[in-house]
Amino acid sequence: MADPQSNPVAYVSGRAATQGRVSGLHARFMLFAPYRWFHGMLSRTGLSSRTLVIMVPYLWLLMFFLAPFLIVLKISFSEVLIARPPYSALFEMVDDTYLQLRLNLENYLLLLEDDLYWKAYLSSIRIAAISTLITLLVGYPIAYAMARAPRQWRLTLLMAVILPFWTSFLIRVYAWIGILKKEGLMNLFLMKIGLIEQPLTLLNTDIAVFIGIVYSYLPFMVLPLYANLEKMDESLLEAASDLGCKPLKAFWKITLPLSIPGIVAGCFLVFIPAVGEFVIPDLLGGSDTLMIGKTLWAEFFNNRDWPLSSAVAVLLLLLLIVPIMIFQRVQQKQGGVG
Amino acid sequence: MTEAGGAPRHKTVEPWNDPGQSPYIQIAGVSKRFGAFVAVDNVSVDIFKGEFFALLGPSGCGKTTLLRMLAGFEEPSQGRIMLEGEDMSTVPPYQRPVNMMFQSYALFPHMTVESNIAFGLKQDRVPKDEIVRRVAEMIQLVQLDDFAKRKPHQLSGGQRQRVALARSLVKKPKMLLLDEPLGALDKKLREQTQFELMNIQEELGITFVIVTHDQEEAMTVSSRIAVMDHGRIIQVATPAEIYEYPNSRYVAEFIGDVNTLEGRITQLGTDFIEIKSAQAACRIRAGHGVEAPVGGAVWVAIRPEKLNISVTPPDDTSVNCMRGEVWDIGYLGNLSIYHVRLESGQMVTSCLTNQTRLVERAITWEDSVYLTWAPSSCVVLTG
Repeated sequence: MADPQSNPVAYVSGRAATQGRVSGLHARFMLFAPYRWFHGMLSRTGLSSRTLVIMVPYLWLLMFFLAPFLIVLKISFSEVLIARPPYSALFEMVDDTYLQLRLNLENYLLLLEDDLYWKAYLSSIRIAAISTLITLLVGYPIAYAMARAPRQWRLTLLMAVILPFWTSFLIRVYAWIGILKKEGLMNLFLMKIGLIEQPLTLLNTDIAVFIGIVYSYLPFMVLPLYANLEKMDESLLEAASDLGCKPLKAFWKITLPLSIPGIVAGCFLVFIPAVGEFVIPDLLGGSDTLMIGKTLWAEFFNNRDWPLSSAVAVLLLLLLIVPIMIFQRVQQKQGGVG
Repeated sequence: MTEAGGAPRHKTVEPWNDPGQSPYIQIAGVSKRFGAFVAVDNVSVDIFKGEFFALLGPSGCGKTTLLRMLAGFEEPSQGRIMLEGEDMSTVPPYQRPVNMMFQSYALFPHMTVESNIAFGLKQDRVPKDEIVRRVAEMIQLVQLDDFAKRKPHQLSGGQRQRVALARSLVKKPKMLLLDEPLGALDKKLREQTQFELMNIQEELGITFVIVTHDQEEAMTVSSRIAVMDHGRIIQVATPAEIYEYPNSRYVAEFIGDVNTLEGRITQLGTDFIEIKSAQAACRIRAGHGVEAPVGGAVWVAIRPEKLNISVTPPDDTSVNCMRGEVWDIGYLGNLSIYHVRLESGQMVTSCLTNQTRLVERAITWEDSVYLTWAPSSCVVLTG
């Protein structure tokens, strides 16, 4: 044992240490002087340590999500200028007495009028939805097999799923160019086994985009599904079998309905980033692959139209928040069953 | 089931003693090995129609594995399981006319009480109106009328246990397997449910096989008990036989409390045997025959309630009479338990029913006492 004098253990008085996970975290944070100081300040204003710990993630969201979003929202209501920064200010002092707020709605009106943007949004959702479905169909059997694998194998299999993350995402997408191009590995392989005679055009098509998205986001589907399927009580399947239900039917009647929270989580984790995906359609897709991420990039960097691209981003966010809210509703509903 | 003239509810039916009866379930030389570990070791037992059969033993004795083989979740490594003369050993669980009530209840969390109970009938493609009728019957039988539309997580432990029971009974199985069915309930509810289980079993006439580690539970509910240890069945008998005539020290000590005294046979009479025991410091006369030669090592088992305790010496202090000192007294309200230290240093317990209200103890700490018993109330065991 370490010398008690040098042991850096802070004794936390009161009920705090016995109030569960949140308070345990609080007890650990109390080891750090800034937190202690902050805590002292707050307790003088009447805030409990519980609120304090819960405040940490909220502060995080405020700083790294809400603040940037408000900046983007602000830019989306401004006018494009050839200046630095390339947009007009929202607030202006007029005649040294009036603070004038000028909201430019032109960007949003353009998004509604010009069908290019609507088509890009719809096309993004279509591509993301199809990719999500394929990811689910590929990911479910993988997750299922992992959850049913012998216990000592599970950690290894989990590592295998996470392993691709150790290489740069960009490099992995580039690698697919090598596989999918006309003289690439895929065509070579298909011709070798005699399935095709002429090389297929895979690269720069929607198919390549699907492949890229499914490949890149598969772990996001497998992990929540695995977490869900792994904790499922196997005696439920035994009970179903005991009551006369054959294994395949038991899957449809018991396993699948009980894994819906995992399916929903996985689908949102794939769908939401896939809608705004830029790298994959840019590298693997064709010139006619319309995705909102590409449109955004073009407006921002090619046209240097920050306000319009900000408006595109805000609308995209709104389109994504709706499914996230549905997702949370479903989770809350399922929460009671767990 | 009911007979005219107010006959007693429980008839003594002992099909296992009737050579004309053929067994309903035959477990013949069944073994189950998991790798090198032998979970069930060459078990043979016959179970008769309408029995409430208990598999009793400490955890890890193989009783649950045996039950899972009856359900079909495990295949025997050796031996056969016959149901009404048909070999069941390799029939998958979903084709066996046998249902199981799981220890964890294994209720489907996404289904209501009703659909949980109806699940088994739907698998058999029973007509819809019949499903509705039979589910309603079951719900009534287990008194869950107000909870039919609830989901399992909205029920208490006792209610879940009833749903599990109803779900496993609704298909009218030829045999119902119960894996520690009352393990998750508190003591009061458990005792009440034991009697309900017995009534339901009697009403439906289904053969029940129950796995339990609780000897009181096994004694209360079952028609016969199989005491298991290390994968083997040590004794199969009625609760009374198991208690009064255990065939080994293991059974005697597993069921209830018992004093065991070591000794050697000194005399083999026609209807008695005599044993000399250094621990008891007296001659022991027992009324039951035993397969052992004179001089053979035996153990005498005496239940605490069959050991009389008194401060005045009996007429004959040389036979079935031990002297000792009261070491400790346990007052349980209905009973008093006396821990007595014999002159040899051996501790024995005797228990007395407190028939009169306790004002002053007739026997108290450090009293010198005499422990006596009738030759017919002790059992001689050879192993």
